[in-house]
Amino acid sequence: MKITTNWLKDHLDTKFNENQIIDKLTDIGLEVENVEAQSSNLDDFLIAKIIKTEKHPDADRLKVCDVDIGKKEPVKVVCGAPNAKEGMLTIYAPPGAVIPKNQMKLAISKIRGVTSYGMLCSESELNLSDESDGITELSNKKYNTKIGKTYFSKSTLKVIDISITPNRADCLGVNGIARDLAAAGCGKLKEIKKEKLIQKIKQKISIKITKEKEQGCNIFGTCLITGVKNIESPKWLKEKIISLGQKPISAIVDITNYVMFDLNRPLHVYDADKIDKGIVVRNSRKGEKFKALDNKEYTLENDMCVISDSSGVLGLGGIIGGTKSGTELETKNVLIEAAYFNPRSIRKTSKVLNIDTDAKFRFERGIDPLSIEQGLQKAAELIKKICGGEVSKFDIQKIENIKKKIVKFEISSFRKITGFNIEQKKIIKILLDLGFKIKKEKKILTLEIPSWRPDIEQEIDIVEELVRIHGYDKIKIIEPEKIRKKSTLNNKQRLFHFLQRSMASKGFLEAITWSFTDSKINQLFLKNNKQVNIVNPISSDLNVLRSSIFSNLIIYLSKNLDRGFKDISLFEIGPVFLGSQPGQQETVVCGLRAGKVSRLNWLENDRLVDVFDVKRDVVRSLVEAGFNQNKLYIDNKTPSYYHPGKSGRLFLNKSTDQVVAYFGEIHPNILKKIDIKTESLAGFEIFLDNIKQNKKTLNDQKAQYKYSDYQKSERDFAFVIDKNFQVQKLIETIYKVDQDLIRAVKVFDVYEGDKILDGKKSIALNVTIQSSEKTLKDEDLDRINQLIISTVEDKTGAKIRS
Amino acid sequence: MSDIKKIKDEFILKLRENLDLNQINEIKSDLFGKNGLISSQFKKLGSLAEKERKFFAADLNTIKDDLQNLIIKKIQEIEIEEINQKLQKEKIDITLPERPFEQGKIHPVSQVIDEISSIFSEIGFSVEEGPDIENEYNNFTALNTPDNHPARDMHDTFYLDNKKELLLRTHTSPVQIRTMLKEKPPFKIIAPGRTYRSDSDQTHAPMFHQVEGLHIDKNINMGHLKGCLSYFIKEFFEVNKIKMRFRPSHFPFTEPSAEVDIGYEIKDGKIIIGEGDKWLEILGCGMVHPNVLKNVKIDQKKYQGYAFGIGIDRLAMLKYGINDLRAFFDCDYRWLNHFGFDPLDVPTNYRGLSR
Repeated sequence: MKITTNWLKDHLDTKFNENQIIDKLTDIGLEVENVEAQSSNLDDFLIAKIIKTEKHPDADRLKVCDVDIGKKEPVKVVCGAPNAKEGMLTIYAPPGAVIPKNQMKLAISKIRGVTSYGMLCSESELNLSDESDGITELSNKKYNTKIGKTYFSKSTLKVIDISITPNRADCLGVNGIARDLAAAGCGKLKEIKKEKLIQKIKQKISIKITKEKEQGCNIFGTCLITGVKNIESPKWLKEKIISLGQKPISAIVDITNYVMFDLNRPLHVYDADKIDKGIVVRNSRKGEKFKALDNKEYTLENDMCVISDSSGVLGLGGIIGGTKSGTELETKNVLIEAAYFNPRSIRKTSKVLNIDTDAKFRFERGIDPLSIEQGLQKAAELIKKICGGEVSKFDIQKIENIKKKIVKFEISSFRKITGFNIEQKKIIKILLDLGFKIKKEKKILTLEIPSWRPDIEQEIDIVEELVRIHGYDKIKIIEPEKIRKKSTLNNKQRLFHFLQRSMASKGFLEAITWSFTDSKINQLFLKNNKQVNIVNPISSDLNVLRSSIFSNLIIYLSKNLDRGFKDISLFEIGPVFLGSQPGQQETVVCGLRAGKVSRLNWLENDRLVDVFDVKRDVVRSLVEAGFNQNKLYIDNKTPSYYHPGKSGRLFLNKSTDQVVAYFGEIHPNILKKIDIKTESLAGFEIFLDNIKQNKKTLNDQKAQYKYSDYQKSERDFAFVIDKNFQVQKLIETIYKVDQDLIRAVKVFDVYEGDKILDGKKSIALNVTIQSSEKTLKDEDLDRINQLIISTVEDKTGAKIRS
Repeated sequence: MSDIKKIKDEFILKLRENLDLNQINEIKSDLFGKNGLISSQFKKLGSLAEKERKFFAADLNTIKDDLQNLIIKKIQEIEIEEINQKLQKEKIDITLPERPFEQGKIHPVSQVIDEISSIFSEIGFSVEEGPDIENEYNNFTALNTPDNHPARDMHDTFYLDNKKELLLRTHTSPVQIRTMLKEKPPFKIIAPGRTYRSDSDQTHAPMFHQVEGLHIDKNINMGHLKGCLSYFIKEFFEVNKIKMRFRPSHFPFTEPSAEVDIGYEIKDGKIIIGEGDKWLEILGCGMVHPNVLKNVKIDQKKYQGYAFGIGIDRLAMLKYGINDLRAFFDCDYRWLNHFGFDPLDVPTNYRGLSR
């Protein structure tokens, strides 16, 4: 909502200056978003007199004018306007001025060899009207004494842009804003003056509101004015319309706009001669069509509130009028409409048809139903004054009476909500100033809500009014208590936090990518899940919710490869979606490593990133999070986007069926399909929701501290075993030989090749043996050696390599 | 007697010479070997008369000790000298690069979420979560934003079905509803998370982050709200004083509602928080609307409280001087490295929020 202080002062008697008003507006919840200091530009435009005109020596249509701009010497201006003549008063723009219409900055320029110092302006160039045939001609009588003064009145042109919250329909008019300011002690609200109108004739066009279900209109007021002359608006009105950022059109249109912004009372004006018989306000029928003032044709659905005549739809009530009955400069007889339309109905219709207008914006927020007469009165006064004509009596049709709204307000509730008290006297004054009618009984106020405040329905609304007007700065700060009764994070959140930092500590950069992704890429990582489509995606490549973080992470990895990075480690922790219902999502830590380790390093040879890099990332993170590495169980059943031979899935222990993680090299086909050029790519997914928390009792936290000082021995073994036999099982078998004595098993070599049989591999292991009771003797060690060999050979079919 | 003195003098002289380790070992063996000069002197002891033996033994031991110490000293000198000579050859160019270390980073949004959690933890808030997919009821209706409410226009919503019943939450406020339906008052929670709106330009991303706050108890009023948020803002920006103002506003789910602005100024193209005469909106808040409490069946006579919603990305931008919101989600390696945080830099109450 744009206002000027000048306009505001039509309604507010105030000694506050502009800055004080601006501050106050924001303080009471009418947030000033912007103050446009247009005045500085428009100050440049001066009232000027053409003293002399000469034909341009080198151009037939141009004139060289000597222009009096109130200085000692006249200035020379080259002008092409046919109406420029000696003695004429007009508007002069000096070099440096910015022309409002095209925002061009003037400079001293040579036009066909003659230097022109500035320009004489047409009304169109100043956005005053569409008149562009000649330069503005000012009345001699009015402006002769003002030569050299600025044309635009200064104060009108500082435009204050206020952001009106959706609850404050009443402040979509200058009058409403003035009322709020007055209540906040910023002056006195002026009464709206009613001029005497002579209303002898009857409003003879018949008006009917049909009584039907879903009728969106319940009051429809009209006034007929005959014999008008629709002319250009006077200057004061034009300036008001310009200050709204709009363009003056004609007196009648400008007047309706003016009343709407002044009183928040939308009106519509019909050319009365174009109305076929009478007006019927009714519900539309599906398929009805009409052409609106925005020059678009709309096809209507059932039950939209339309204003119609015998030959069809004239307009959508409260939203937009039609071209058929619109006023023009030639219009002689006009019918003014002021009505009340139901906000729900307005909203529904405008949403379906996708129309947004100033009227719609107001009606959907709720217009004062009692402002109908006031609106007709104001419009009729102005039309009569500017356009002449004879004004009819007002015709007001109603199908429903407006009920008064009553709210009981317990004075103590103010303190209960705000934490401080204000005097009763002050409470009553604020409410009166805002237009409430008050009955007081002990500690309870019975309030009649002003008809322009559809937002006020209950006690809390009254508290808000009071504290808003009294000032939020009066609310006393109560320092927060530093008491914690509940732990800040639950176990899952703790794990989230931990794994996030744990992953970053392994050299990954944390990324945050959209929760949505490209369905084409998402399909590659879908597993058995359903794809979740977005009905109204922001773009076609962000059209589904991600089923895996990989889809986005790979896209962004690829972009980083394009930026010239070769070795990239990215991870993200966040949701993936399994379905479209709330809760059908799980939290995943997903990482990717691309390229090489130790590239271009003088100390170490480089190597490609591989599955064992990401296996380390996964296993270490889980170990850091408190899970026992020796219990982790791994097999090779992984989703199709992993390399089938170089990937694994991980369980916290052998007996669970919840997959905690997948890891592995990414399937080469995926790289091909997405067209990623990297030497190597491996990734992992850890499923947070599948991680069962260790019970965190004091006893569970750490195993009892036991250690042995007896001598430990190490023995090496090499077993030749089936190529497909998993080392995990071999190690487990060895541990089981003697769980007390065998302390550690390390794999230090894996060999496949021509020195052993085809289909076999050789695994070299180092086993640490130590007793917690004694120093083992040679025969003890020999016995355990033999036991390891025989057990492994027995249980796994391996052979000790000699 | 003079025998051993002679030996002593002779060998002290010898040991003064420039000897290598082998020569010293030879001397050692000459003196203390099985038939060494000193060793054989000890053998003599048995044949001496008791009186004489006593003196002789004392002298002999002294000489033995002296010579031995001298030899040890000499060996040590040589060893040190040898190490020094070896070290001379082992000198490398220490300016060569160290072994590689891969530095990981935490995203600034995650860091700021941790900072926020840490601050609110101190004053007794715990962290709640809610799903990214919400139903229309939790996201709007229960929050006193019925279907025909113009406030819905401010939320450009992503829908997952044509009936518009399933959507991506447009704010974190539905977590309020879920929490209050699930548990009994009092409530003191924050709920950080992803939120979605279908607009996208320089200053809007289709996904962004909010943190919701909710404090419901007996007698919680606007003074508590103001206190809580001024505490938060001061702690977050790590300043003692900050210019801020509470300004009336409107949200369907709170009443009275407020927006909080902080003062700022632009100096040399950089934004300075907490001073200056310009205002920057950073959060919305208010007293939970009675209609909302009614929807979650909380006794309004007994309980009331406040709620707030803060844009996390915006806070991160302000605190860490990040200009472009869109860059948060672009995953540019350079950007992540520049604005990311060391994983060890965990915001805590006792050590301080940021380095």
